[in-house]
Amino acid sequence: MSKVLVADFGTGNLHSVMTAIQVVSSGSEVEASRSARKIRMADRLILPGQGAIGTWMSELQDDEVRQAVNEAVRTKPVLGICLGLQALYEHSEEDGGVDGLKVLAGRVERFGDDLLDCGYRIKIPHMGWSMVHQTCRHPLWSGIAQDTRFYFVHSYFARSDRESEVAAVANYGLEFTCAAARDNLFAVQFHPEKSRQQGLRLLTNFLKWDGEV
Amino acid sequence: MPLAKRIIPCLDVDEGRVVKGVKFVNIRDAGDPVEVARMYDRQGADELAFLDITASSSNRETILHIVEAVANQVFIPLTVGGGVRTVDNIRGLLNVGADKISINTSAVERPEFIEEAAGRFGSQCIVVAVDARRVPDTEPPAWEVYTHGGRKPRGLDAVEWAKRMCDAGAGEILLTSMDRDGTKIGFDLELTRAVSSAVPVPVIASGGVGELSHLADGIEFGWADAVLAASIFHFGEYTIAQAKEHMKRRGIEVCEIIDEFK
Repeated sequence: MSKVLVADFGTGNLHSVMTAIQVVSSGSEVEASRSARKIRMADRLILPGQGAIGTWMSELQDDEVRQAVNEAVRTKPVLGICLGLQALYEHSEEDGGVDGLKVLAGRVERFGDDLLDCGYRIKIPHMGWSMVHQTCRHPLWSGIAQDTRFYFVHSYFARSDRESEVAAVANYGLEFTCAAARDNLFAVQFHPEKSRQQGLRLLTNFLKWDGEV
Repeated sequence: MPLAKRIIPCLDVDEGRVVKGVKFVNIRDAGDPVEVARMYDRQGADELAFLDITASSSNRETILHIVEAVANQVFIPLTVGGGVRTVDNIRGLLNVGADKISINTSAVERPEFIEEAAGRFGSQCIVVAVDARRVPDTEPPAWEVYTHGGRKPRGLDAVEWAKRMCDAGAGEILLTSMDRDGTKIGFDLELTRAVSSAVPVPVIASGGVGELSHLADGIEFGWADAVLAASIFHFGEYTIAQAKEHMKRRGIEVCEIIDEFK
């Protein structure tokens, strides 16, 4: 049986991710844990996260856990969600500046207060349903139409430095990377677990994915 | 394309049942929060709000079971409010699947609670509910903050209070006009606009919706980011889909349900 591990780095609310994964996972064993051993043993890893990135990254101060995550993002299918996308970049402005896992090229920045969305000053957090514009073909987009709306809630966004790692962009005052992909790694800024059927479809696609592009 | 404006049906829950005269014809038990939530989800609600109006604290556990049951079946954001006083209350609700927690009275009684809560769980899940009533004979208009379901005036200016709550870490403001609540004559648009233009976070307009045009007015003239309503949806007068259709005709961007996934 395929083992899915949901990384539990203590920033709350794993319930939604766990539930959504369980709903779509026929024949997979789903568990939440922060154990390095379990991360190593899993067939696929989900990195969810909400709240502040400083708290999330501090869980990775533990060398063994960090190493296990680093191994996973290079060897098995991994899905990052929200902070789980941001943490893959080199650096985030949040919490006075926090270094990330440096798996993807780019930085995480805060939306500026002066940005306009179709002529109106944007509200921060970016909260609600925005269009996800796919910029590449990928097994995780299977069955999901171009420009489908997904649910977002975040105040920081990823500015990718490597175009080949961008899988989708969204617009909110500016264009930002809302999905990133590289080899066996896929990460999204939006919340598939809160995005109705299109979100469940993406999670289903992830569970079927062998990590090849 | 801009961010879609959200339509949020609100369920008042008392002792585990949806109250305020629900009259649905197409579901088995219109008082069952899970059935009602599923129906709104099918109609295309962008989020759901649950307000726990249970008076006795011994029944507080009930809301946890409801949220959990809904979260197991409905994959859209859930906001839960009513009687939230402690960090443990918030954690309990988040752990069973709530995404955002709405806080009203305890924010007024202990403003530092919002700072604590946002620090612990992140601003994205802390909603401050502001119940406001117009102060008579003021020009320009002013509104005062009320708590305890609109019964207790608190001597705070609603616009200033909303700003202060955002500074403390609120990620969203749920703004209810107590003058309009239950009247069905539309939102207090001046109030909505005053708060929405003063705060950096999204504002949900609430109180007074009686017809579909009121929802669109809240966005167009109140500058709200989301609109909340209870009775027009509960009584089956309109569906969420009709509300979205109306807003679209008024040129407002909405999130449509995708047919192939229905």
